[in-house]
Amino acid sequence: MASTGTLYRGGVSMWSWVAHRITGVAVLFFLYVHVLDTALIRVSPDAYDTIIASYKTPLVNLMEVGLVGAVLFHALNGLRVMAVDFWERGPRLQKQMLWVIVGIWLLVMVPGTFYMMKHTIESLFGAA
Amino acid sequence: MSATPDLAMPNTRPTPRRRQGVNFEKNSWIFMRASGLILVILVLGHLFIMNILDGGVQRINFAFVAGRWSSPFWQFWDLTMLWLAMLHGTNGLRVIIGDYAKSGKTRFWLRGILYTASAATILLGTLVIFTFDPNLS
Ligand code: HEM
Repeated sequence: MASTGTLYRGGVSMWSWVAHRITGVAVLFFLYVHVLDTALIRVSPDAYDTIIASYKTPLVNLMEVGLVGAVLFHALNGLRVMAVDFWERGPRLQKQMLWVIVGIWLLVMVPGTFYMMKHTIESLFGAA
Repeated sequence: MSATPDLAMPNTRPTPRRRQGVNFEKNSWIFMRASGLILVILVLGHLFIMNILDGGVQRINFAFVAGRWSSPFWQFWDLTMLWLAMLHGTNGLRVIIGDYAKSGKTRFWLRGILYTASAATILLGTLVIFTFDPNLS
């Protein structure tokens, strides 16, 4: 078949690969920003505390949940990719392993989101 | 090259692949897996401590960082994480650019921008960790 100029073949395994790509690039772009904001610690305590204050606002706080979710998916899926590459039963179990990592992801993200957003929730809706 | 292909030996042209010396793409493949394995601990540990544990991001300020970087253990953790994550992410994006950028010229420039941004970021981050001054005012 002539090249159609696409790498996509379809199915849930394709989407896990797409998600791995997107999360990897997104996290790299965040890392550029994060090294820059951390560098303000060399400028003055005030400069650093000011930039960190923006990380504590509700909207950015929500984006941090997204960041942690992206990194966690990328990390778990990276381990799955390695299992497919190096474990003899990996290729046959790749789909089951995808459901396992989705399960672990949910198990961590549900309480994780609560602790990450605790202060924001309390500041917006009052302490329980 | 002859105009008509020799059908008896259709595929004798050697594939353009280096047969000796270091195989860059293979090393890159191994590096992505080895660095990924170490980053699981460094990055997930970092995110857990900074964003979830003990009040998360709300407790972070200059004094908090000064306390952490007074310990060589966390300095070493952060430095290793910086270098491995930057090299892993940069190498990953290098491969992605190769997949989507069709012309050699686009590839060259996109990768040039990528390497410049990453080198500058690694340098800046390393300087910050090594020259941090807890008594700065
Ligand atoms: C936390 C632990 C991590 C693990 C276990 C991990 C694992 C992996 C693996 C195994 C690959 C190679 C996939 C392949 O060759 O098919 C990969 C690709 C990649 N990773 Fe990571 N990684 C981690 C963290 C990171 C971080 C922090 C960044 C960003 C700075 C990142 C950015 C990327 C990028 C951009 C790619 C290329 C994706 C592609 O080619 O489709 N990774 N990762």
